[in-house]
Amino acid sequence: MEINDLYRDVILDHNRRPRNFGDLQPADASVEGFNPMCGDHLTLRLRLDADTISDIRFQGEGCAISTASASLMTEAVKGRTRDEALELFDRVHQLLTDDAAPGTEELGKLAALSGVREYPARVKCASLCWHTLASALKSTDLKSVPAVSTE
Amino acid sequence: MNHSALAQTDRTFDVDAARRQFPILGRMVHGKPLAYLDNGASAQRPQNVIDAMDEYERRHHANIHRGVHTLSQEATALYEGARDRLVRFIHARSRNEIIFVRGTTEAINLVAQSYARPTLQPGDEVLITHLEHHANIVTWQMVCEQTGAKLVVAPIDAQGEVHLDAVVALMSPRTKILACAHVSNALGTVLPVRRLVAAAKARGIVTLIDGAQAVSHLPVDVQDLGCDFYAFSGHKMYGPTGVGVLYGREQLLERMPPWQGGGEMILAVTFAKTTYNALPNKFEAGTPNIAGGIGLGAAVDFLSALDSTRAHAHESALLQHATAVLTRIPDLRIVGTAANKVSLVSFVVAGVHPHDLGTILDEDGVAVRTGHHCAMPVMDFFKLPATARASFAFYNTFDEIDRLGAGIERARKMFA
Repeated sequence: MEINDLYRDVILDHNRRPRNFGDLQPADASVEGFNPMCGDHLTLRLRLDADTISDIRFQGEGCAISTASASLMTEAVKGRTRDEALELFDRVHQLLTDDAAPGTEELGKLAALSGVREYPARVKCASLCWHTLASALKSTDLKSVPAVSTE
Repeated sequence: MNHSALAQTDRTFDVDAARRQFPILGRMVHGKPLAYLDNGASAQRPQNVIDAMDEYERRHHANIHRGVHTLSQEATALYEGARDRLVRFIHARSRNEIIFVRGTTEAINLVAQSYARPTLQPGDEVLITHLEHHANIVTWQMVCEQTGAKLVVAPIDAQGEVHLDAVVALMSPRTKILACAHVSNALGTVLPVRRLVAAAKARGIVTLIDGAQAVSHLPVDVQDLGCDFYAFSGHKMYGPTGVGVLYGREQLLERMPPWQGGGEMILAVTFAKTTYNALPNKFEAGTPNIAGGIGLGAAVDFLSALDSTRAHAHESALLQHATAVLTRIPDLRIVGTAANKVSLVSFVVAGVHPHDLGTILDEDGVAVRTGHHCAMPVMDFFKLPATARASFAFYNTFDEIDRLGAGIERARKMFA
């Protein structure tokens, strides 16, 4: 276990310059995610074109892992359908928690998150944005998606 | 690094000898010697505490206050012996004033439910300060909701200090309870509790002091403080978790109804009427944490044997050194700069989130706390989501603080 395996260059870069960071107006859905133990807080706003995520942006306050994960996520799901994004959520969740997770080839840059698995206390940081997104995508009423908490 | 002034303190307090009494301090974390700088969350246990609990489990365990057999009598003597030590430790008047509880949180809840709830009327006020731990906020919010009383919060200043006049200004004829920390867990501020209690007493206000962060750093004399209640936890004073103490003035405790029913707290039970036991057992329903109580008694023995003047001087030197080391780091801000602080430093580093810092320091074997420290209103006051906090005990060294400084520099470079 090496600290540089957690804080890979991709993570550091996305923390320093988060992509798709900021407000999105108007949006079809706005969801909040909280990590009460850490004080991390994230607002995710997205636009849907039929079933496809046409735009997505995030705002909030969090550690490097949580910021980079949200940044990477927004890049990865933009242009994907709801089902594709939810499938990706499952893959990332597996990547973060399961030592026997399959190869990461098709995950692209998201594979950089695999180092988090060795730091159980930090898995919540990386998964907050994904749970927040999943909550929106699984919701039947996009106008009132309940806030997500990792506790 | 110039340690000359501080090295003198090093010579007078034998840190190595103190460290040898704490087996855990010899362990490695990620291949580095553990630098345990999270004593504010929980302090480590000396060998005599471990031995006392081990000996009890191996030789004396039985339920207390119940049996005529040898083991029950031995266990009772050990447990009640711990209570006697606690009487002396905080200078209570008698054993009736020492109630064993699970910890500070339970002690505050006991007072809120058994003293405050039956006493408070709608419109009455409970006065706390802005730097309280959640245990000393939420508990009172709950009892205010139950009674219609109002929670009033005294301010802190930019240094994280509580000023006597600012608290006194909020004392009104409706103020019935003043509940405040002796020492802030998030900032390290020592509150002027003696003067606060005197001001409250002069107005007939009942006082509760949350001593969780104080007992390990300061001598506590409840009669000198003059408070009505004083709450503290075993594990912050080198004892076990799951045990703590509520000190209460006997006169008040006598008037209060029990807050939990069960065995131990009764004298006689029929279906028509139950006669409650006398103090302190009235408030100790059910079989208690016997091993924990005995361990806490051993922790008092340990602290009593410690050269507390020198230990305290060493802790002050550690605080001074840590403040100097951290102040030299660019982009680092110390949060909580009260003139009177215990050996604890909360801080933030621009560009490095506290959680990332905590993980990076852990890789170096340095354990610090990161987060809101169960004091979200303090974080809101300083407009921060979280801080990192290094909290020192007498067994910490200047070298450990230098390692903390080096770890922070490493994190800064990584995130630059």
